[in-house]
Amino acid sequence: MPKLYSGAEIVFKCLKDQDVEFIFGYPGGAVLPIYDELKNHSTIKHILVRHEQGAGHAAEGYARSSGKPGVVLVTSGPGATNVVTALTDAYMDSVPLVCISGQVPTHLIGTDAFQECDTTGITRPCTKHNWLVKDIKDLSKTVHEAFKVATTGRPGPVLVDIPKDIQFAKTSYSKPNNEKKLNGKSLNYFSQKNIDELIDLMNNSKKPIIYSGGGVINSGPEASEVLRELVNLTGFPITSTLQGLGAYPGDDNQFLGMLGMHGTYEANNAMHDCDLLINIGARFDDRITGKIDEFSPKSKKIHIDIDPSSINKIIKVDLALVGDVKDVLKGINKTLKKKNIDLKKSNKQKISKWWEQIQKWRSKNSLNFNNSDETIKPQHAVQRLYELTKNKDVFITTEVGQHQMWAAQHYKFNKPNRWMTSGGLGTMGYGLPAAVGVQIAHPKKLVIDIAGEASVLMTMQEMSTAVQYNLPIKIFILNNQYMGMVRQWQELLHEKNYSESYSEALPDFIKLAEAYGCKGIIAEKPDELDEKIKEMVQFDGPVIFDCRVDPNENCFPMIPSGKPHNQMILGPSEKEENKITGKGKALV
Amino acid sequence: MVNPKSAYSVSTKKEKSDTHIIVVWVDNESGVLARVVGLFSGRGYNIESLAVAEVDAKRNISRITIVTTGTPQVIDQIKLQLRKLVPVHKVADFKRNDKSVIFKEMALFKIVGNTSKIKKAINACKKYDLVILDKTKKSNVIQITALRREIDKMSKNLKKLGLVSVSRTGAVAMTRGDKIFN
Repeated sequence: MPKLYSGAEIVFKCLKDQDVEFIFGYPGGAVLPIYDELKNHSTIKHILVRHEQGAGHAAEGYARSSGKPGVVLVTSGPGATNVVTALTDAYMDSVPLVCISGQVPTHLIGTDAFQECDTTGITRPCTKHNWLVKDIKDLSKTVHEAFKVATTGRPGPVLVDIPKDIQFAKTSYSKPNNEKKLNGKSLNYFSQKNIDELIDLMNNSKKPIIYSGGGVINSGPEASEVLRELVNLTGFPITSTLQGLGAYPGDDNQFLGMLGMHGTYEANNAMHDCDLLINIGARFDDRITGKIDEFSPKSKKIHIDIDPSSINKIIKVDLALVGDVKDVLKGINKTLKKKNIDLKKSNKQKISKWWEQIQKWRSKNSLNFNNSDETIKPQHAVQRLYELTKNKDVFITTEVGQHQMWAAQHYKFNKPNRWMTSGGLGTMGYGLPAAVGVQIAHPKKLVIDIAGEASVLMTMQEMSTAVQYNLPIKIFILNNQYMGMVRQWQELLHEKNYSESYSEALPDFIKLAEAYGCKGIIAEKPDELDEKIKEMVQFDGPVIFDCRVDPNENCFPMIPSGKPHNQMILGPSEKEENKITGKGKALV
Repeated sequence: MVNPKSAYSVSTKKEKSDTHIIVVWVDNESGVLARVVGLFSGRGYNIESLAVAEVDAKRNISRITIVTTGTPQVIDQIKLQLRKLVPVHKVADFKRNDKSVIFKEMALFKIVGNTSKIKKAINACKKYDLVILDKTKKSNVIQITALRREIDKMSKNLKKLGLVSVSRTGAVAMTRGDKIFN
C-alpha cells in the first residue's frame, strides 16, 4: 500500500516536484496546517510579507525577473481578498503566479463562517483558472495542473483554494504527469506558408517597423536573442512597448525607443507612417494605439502572438502567426538565412529614405527637457541614476505614474527580465514589493524601485520584509509631493483644478527609513545628486532615497487623448500651440 | 459616449450586429457555467438565451448553447475567449439564419379558461409539435417546440385565449445531415 500523506504534506511535495524554492505568504487560521508543515521542508523558504498584496507583487517580481512561476500562500477571507489586486495585475501583464489559499472546512462552506469568502468566485475573472479542492484525492493532480496552466501558453495567475479539512485529510501522492495536454490546447499554429508570406511582405516594404512587446520577454531570454538577430538581419527599425523594454538593447541605433502615449516622437511617427508593421508579442493596448481608426493607416499589419484571442481583438491584421515568439522568430530567421536573403543589404536602398525620415524625427529630441541648476528635474534624476549604475547588472521596478514613464524613457535596458513595471493594471504600490521579490531571486544584484512618493506609501509596510531578510533594495523616490500623473491630467483636461492630488502631510522619509531599520538619504539640489546616488548604491542594505524633484514637471512627449500617433505634444515649449481641446496642429 | 475630456479614446466603431448561436462543450464540473457566463458578463457580451445539460455522462461532458448578438469582431472574440477556458473542449458557432442547422426551443403554456378558448389555443399551436401534458375542465398545460420568434408570437397571441403562465427553454442546435462539429 502506498504511503499516505496529509493534504499539507502533499502541497509541499507538489511544490518540491515543481522546483519551488520560495513562497511569499502570510499565515492565518485556514492555512495553519500548511504552515505547520513548513518546518519539514528546508529546500523551500517562506518569505513573510506584511500584507497579502505585497506577497502577490513580490511573487510577480520574482517571476518576471527569474522566468519561474511565483508562489503565494495566503489564508481564507481577507487573506484571499487582499491578494486580488496582485492577481489581477499578474493577469493583465501575463505573469505566472500560483496562489494557494486556505479555505474554511468543507462542511462550513456556504455558511458565512469566520473568515469565509467565495475565493474561487471572487478570483475567477482575475485568474487564468482556479480550483476549489473538495476531495483530498484531487489535491496533487490539481496543484500540478495549476503550475502547468500558469506557465504554459500565455502565462498568468492561477489559484488553488484548499479547505482546512482537506489539509488534514490523508491520501497517497501522485507525481506530475508531464505528458498531459490541456484539452489539446497546443501553442504553435503558424505554418511555413505564413513565414514565407511574411518574408514576401518584408521584401516589398519600403517603410517597415518592428513593434515588440512583453511576449518576447515571456518567451524567455532566447527569444530576445532571436529578436536581435532578426533586427540585425533585416536592418529594420524597432520600437518596444513598456513591457517589452530590454528585449532589444535600449542604446542601439536601430531602436527608436518606447512607443505609445509617452513614447518617443520618432517611434510614434514611424508607427503612423509605416507601410509594414510587425507586432511581435504585443497586444495593441489602448495606451499604444491612441485613436483606433487612425492607427497606422497605411500599413500592412502582422501580428505574432501566442494567444489566439489577441489577434484582431483591437486592430484587424493582415497576417497572424499564432505561436511562441521564440519559435516563430526562429522560423523566420532560419528561412531568411536559408533563402540567403540579406534584407539588410538588399533593402538598404529601399529603406534608406525611411531611415532618413526617422533621423529627422529623431532630431526633434523628444525626450528633451529644460534642466535646472536650482531644482532637481525628475528626468535628470533618472538619467543620473542610469549613468551611475549602467555598468552593473541592474534590476529596475517601478510604481505607477509620471516616475514610471520617466524611468521607461530615460533608463536604458540592454537585457530582458531587468524591468518590472505594472503596465496593464497600473497598480500603484507595485514596485516596492516587486523589488523584494526580485532581490530574493537575485540576491547579489542591484535592485532599484524607481518610485513616486504617493505610490510607494501604498505598500510601504514591505520595507519591514526587506529588513527582515536583509534585502538591500533601493527605493528611489522621485518626490514631487503630488500624484504627478493625476495632476498632469488635471492640468491638461480639468483647468488646473488639482482636486485631491496634492500629497498633504507626507512622512519624513529619512525618519521613516530609520524607523524601519534601514537607511534614509535625501537629495534636494542637483549638485549633490550624483554623490547621494553613489552613496545609495554603495550602501549594503535597504535604502529609502528621498529625491526632492520639481513638483511642476510634466511628462512629455505625449499623445493627447483621442489623437493619432502623429499628433504628439512635445515638451513645454511646443505645448502652447497644441492645446489638447483645440484643433491640435499636426506635428508632421 | 465617453467624455472627450478623458484619458480614454472615444468609441467610433459602428459595425453591424448579427445573432449567432454558440455551442460549447465543457467538462461537467462545479462552477463551469459560472466561468462561461462570467466571461460574457465580464467582457460585456450579451446572452439572449442559454441552454445547458450533460450530454455524455461517461466522459462527463456538458453542452452549452448560447444565443448572442454581436459584431463579427465580438463574435470572434467570444469564440477565442471561450476556447481559452480550461474546462472548454470545443466551440462551434452558427448564424441564426444558417439553413444547415436546426434550432429549436421548447415552451410550456398554461391556458385557463372555458373549453372554447382552450380549443382555440390548441388549434393555434397545432403546427408547433403540440403535446397536451395536463388537462382539467378549466385548464390545459401544453408543450410546443418551435423557433424563438414563433414562441414569441404564440405567447403574445395566446394571452387573449387565457394564457396565464409561460415557461420556456433557451435554443438548442444541431446540424442537419451526417455532419458533426469537430
